[in-house]
Amino acid sequence: MKQFFKNLNFTVGFLLSAVIILMAAASLVWTPFDANKMNPRERLQGPSFSHLLGTDQYGRDILSRVMVGAVNSIIVGLVTVAIGLSIGVVLGLVSAYYGRLVDETIMRFSDFLFGFPAVLTAILITSILGPSMINAMLAIGIFYIPVFARLTRAVAMALWQWEFIVAARASGASEKAIAWRHVLPNILSPLLIQGTIQFAVAILAEAGLSYLGLGTLPPHASWGRMLNEAQTFMALSPWMAIFPGVAIAWAVLGFNLLGDGLRDTLDPKMVRIR
Amino acid sequence: MIRYLIKKLIILSILLFFVSIAVFSVLFVLPGDPAQIILGINATPETLANLRAELGLDKSFIAQYMDWVGNLVSGRGNRSINYDIPVYDLILSSLAVTGPLALLAMVFAVIFSLPFGVYAARRQNRPGDVTVMFFTQLGLATPEFWLGILLILLLSVHWGLFSAGGFPGWSTDFWGSLKALILPAFALGIIRAAILTRLTRSSLLEVLHEDYIRTARAKGLRERTVIYVHALKNALIPVLTILGLQLGQLMAGAIIIENVYYLPGLGRLVFQAIGQRDLPVVRDIVLFMATAVVLVNFVVDLCYAGLDPRVRLE
Repeated sequence: MKQFFKNLNFTVGFLLSAVIILMAAASLVWTPFDANKMNPRERLQGPSFSHLLGTDQYGRDILSRVMVGAVNSIIVGLVTVAIGLSIGVVLGLVSAYYGRLVDETIMRFSDFLFGFPAVLTAILITSILGPSMINAMLAIGIFYIPVFARLTRAVAMALWQWEFIVAARASGASEKAIAWRHVLPNILSPLLIQGTIQFAVAILAEAGLSYLGLGTLPPHASWGRMLNEAQTFMALSPWMAIFPGVAIAWAVLGFNLLGDGLRDTLDPKMVRIR
Repeated sequence: MIRYLIKKLIILSILLFFVSIAVFSVLFVLPGDPAQIILGINATPETLANLRAELGLDKSFIAQYMDWVGNLVSGRGNRSINYDIPVYDLILSSLAVTGPLALLAMVFAVIFSLPFGVYAARRQNRPGDVTVMFFTQLGLATPEFWLGILLILLLSVHWGLFSAGGFPGWSTDFWGSLKALILPAFALGIIRAAILTRLTRSSLLEVLHEDYIRTARAKGLRERTVIYVHALKNALIPVLTILGLQLGQLMAGAIIIENVYYLPGLGRLVFQAIGQRDLPVVRDIVLFMATAVVLVNFVVDLCYAGLDPRVRLE
């Protein structure tokens, strides 16, 4: 663990993301105010002692909503990475293991997904399935499949040539056993690094979709949606437009740096695939 | 060179064929009946059926696909259900906003990324480099629509230097229109600049370690000549690829920023058309955007071949 904290990226990233995770965890048991409770008498207030980050157009406490929004963002990050990992890793291993036609088909399919404008497709998907947090996560997660498939394939292909794999093969282990027992554990660290970075990307993407009204539905708090609402009241209450954005940038910066730090420490030679 | 071109063109047309099928299938399953949306909930079943027949919605999947592609290929074009004008005209008028927006954003991205990328590479791991890298990290973490909102807050609401959104139109007010694009283009461009700065830096650092650079230095060339004449040309090849990819993505990525600034561009048009179930418009724009992305990649490939003769042999 010590070697990780020698890395500046990791340390800063760890601290920034820890704040977001602690804030989310705290909001599950306590927020300064009920995040969804309207209080028209205190609407559009600036930061004060009672409302540290001010209130929105319905008099809801912005700090409480930013805290609840953190839970939202973390769920989105976890679920989208889980979608990408679970399908992508299997496809990548299959691709590397069978090669030829299977590999070619899977890789062309992932090129196809990569080439498509992601925002546009996510908008199409959320319009087909209807706007909701779950559908936004699906729309983002689908784009993670080729990311993890390519990474797994590239690392697995390289590993297949290594001596310890050749030795396992010589000792009579089946190819499937080699894939699961020897190759998979060795691709865990690149997957962890990429997963952390995609986690950050998911927070950005969900914020964008929510801003357009295609992600998390009101009255539930989400950072992107808060910014959308803030835009209408910008002249009256600039605070509303500042804090949710700071939260997004803070979280994304934190997880990005964490990913960079993990990469620097775990595998200095690995090339980042995005 | 001609064989390379023909091979690429064939791959390109096959790719576009698949894209068109994908776009059509995705929109075919889009829930919501366009006829119902036009006529409202009080329409009788007969009028609905008539309109569906008129719009060709009662035909089979393949027949509708053939109609669509037939109209595109023959040059007749498709008509918007909502506006009842050719989609072609709609695309052209909104492209007059999105096109300049994307280009302007690219200009901002290049202006900021090249000098800072070269600067950071020349001072690798020194304070100047660390500072530039810190700002690129901030850029990568900032949502472009939030930057857009902050710019409005500061430059429009607070200082009143720019309008907070909207677009006067090129023919009515040229300078006003250009001014309306500056803030959104800056917001889009500066985020791209973060990616490109990092790429320019790492790419230049890689090239600077090559033998021919050592030779150039050993010859006694000035450091500036080494970097700007010898190193940068090769270092820019990967930057060019990403630049190309980004231009394609910018067209689609502009959807959000166009909504922030109420710009009547392609992104806003397609976003509204999806909401109104104006399928001909959505289909044509999505196909158009996909084609643009594919074409830009094609041009980038060609530039590649021009810059690096080894590429052609593959």
